[in-house]
Amino acid sequence: MFTHETRLKRQAIFDLLFRSLTRVCAFGVLALLAAIIISLLVGSMPAIHAFGFGFLSSSDWDPVNGRFGGMIPIIGTLVTSGIALLIAIPVSFGIAIFLTELSPRVLRRPLGIAIELLAGIPSIIYGMWGLFEFAPLFADHVEPWLNKHVGTLPYIGPFFSGPPMGIGLLTAGIILAIMVIPFIASVMRDVFDVVPTLLKESAYGLGATTWEVMWQVVLPYTKVGVAGGIMLGLGRALGETMAVTFVIGNAHDLSKSLLMPGNSISSALANEFNEAVGDLYTSSLIELGLILFFITFVVLSIARYMLYKLGQREGQAA
Amino acid sequence: MNIESITNPKIIIKDLNFYYGNFRALKDINLSIAEKMVTAFIGPSGCGKSTLLRTFNRMYQLYPKQKATGEILLDGANILDSKQDLNMLRARIGMVFQKPTPFPMSIYDNIAFGVKLYESLSKHDMEARVEWALRKAALWAEVKDKLKQSGTGLSGGQQQRLCIARAIAVKPQVLLLDEPTSALDPISTAHIEKLIDELKEDFTIVIVTHNMQQAARISDYTAYMYLGDLIELGETSSVFTNPKRKETEDYITGRFG
Repeated sequence: MFTHETRLKRQAIFDLLFRSLTRVCAFGVLALLAAIIISLLVGSMPAIHAFGFGFLSSSDWDPVNGRFGGMIPIIGTLVTSGIALLIAIPVSFGIAIFLTELSPRVLRRPLGIAIELLAGIPSIIYGMWGLFEFAPLFADHVEPWLNKHVGTLPYIGPFFSGPPMGIGLLTAGIILAIMVIPFIASVMRDVFDVVPTLLKESAYGLGATTWEVMWQVVLPYTKVGVAGGIMLGLGRALGETMAVTFVIGNAHDLSKSLLMPGNSISSALANEFNEAVGDLYTSSLIELGLILFFITFVVLSIARYMLYKLGQREGQAA
Repeated sequence: MNIESITNPKIIIKDLNFYYGNFRALKDINLSIAEKMVTAFIGPSGCGKSTLLRTFNRMYQLYPKQKATGEILLDGANILDSKQDLNMLRARIGMVFQKPTPFPMSIYDNIAFGVKLYESLSKHDMEARVEWALRKAALWAEVKDKLKQSGTGLSGGQQQRLCIARAIAVKPQVLLLDEPTSALDPISTAHIEKLIDELKEDFTIVIVTHNMQQAARISDYTAYMYLGDLIELGETSSVFTNPKRKETEDYITGRFG
């Protein structure tokens, strides 16, 4: 009897310890997140005090005189991510349509796996490939063409004129597009796959073509999931550092042209932290980090919320 | 009863065979569908009645391993001919499925969807067409004040009538109904059955049903199928009261199936 009771007691203690341990692990993540936000806030305080909201709209980046503004890298981040989405969304849509509707059954798995493997390539490889292979090709063959044919057009011309150097915002955007396509395409494929067969057959049964079925019925039916996938891709594009640093040019210049070198938040951080001297310089970089954290957090929250909504609707339908 | 005794055939099927890969799901089917009548296909699960229905608009072509041989003559022209334009065929032969499948758009757009594929109507003409289709489907009174609302917000029975309205809005000649009431409650089912009776004034209707009473109530002709064979085709009253074949009698008297 006695030993039995001790054993029960020991088990109860063990159980309590175990529960506390798992709780510590789980709450540790939250604490970590809070600590990061707090240290970013504290670190950027000097810059916030010195420049206020002007930091967001100033294009100064003058370490010698201690004047800093975040507009160039912020715009660089938004523009390169925007270019990436502009390219990646239609391509991913095409990939997803092909994989769910048109591809012969034997090709579906290998193609799907290939796309998922693309997502697994380390970003530094994309960066090296972008700098050594893609950028020279782009400079020799695409940018001169852009200069000649698009650069002379009214309104959009100024965006595509400038010396064909190969590196710059446009190149960074294209490399980012290649990197986010697997994410967006695989989410799109997954949500297209759950569209009820009868719904598609109903549209085909009215005489709709594959394009009309996909564009007018499948896409509206899956719009929340598709938007979530796009946001996921955007989240990745916003924060991508290595590949962008290789090809964006890292120049604190504000230029209308997408062919000119620019800067993004993450590549500015990666490049300049080592050499940042003085509180204000470091603090300005940290404030850039805080801004990036904020942008990415908002984008990912929207993505999560949309995917959550989608799950809810599926739950109702089932 | 043989196929010649249907005097006004809209569709004539000759030696139709159907394959899922190597599996032969329909075996030398010969059958006529009378114009502006209701023809019901009955039989136990897996007998090929839905498969047969899906050859009429070549829905099976979405799936690479499925194929049909033989002839299906719609007004004398073989629709299995590879030269037959699929989209035009489906404009002439509408289909409604086992479950309601409203598109994720407004009630109005659900109806206009199919029409827009073939005709470019003015706003006024399109509104008239939508109203016409909804009236034909006995749904107008219930939805006329909420045409801009989503079609997915309607009840199951209303959704199915919306799907019927969507199919007839294109003004097809033939309407294929694949167990249209199997997901509906008895009251909604009664609505749809009444509707089918009215629709045969304008359309040739082919209905697949699991429910023998339903076939007896609404059809003019009944075809009994079993394991890919057409066992018996005849006027519904005679198939149910005086079947020619032993197998049919066993099925309709509930001895199996």
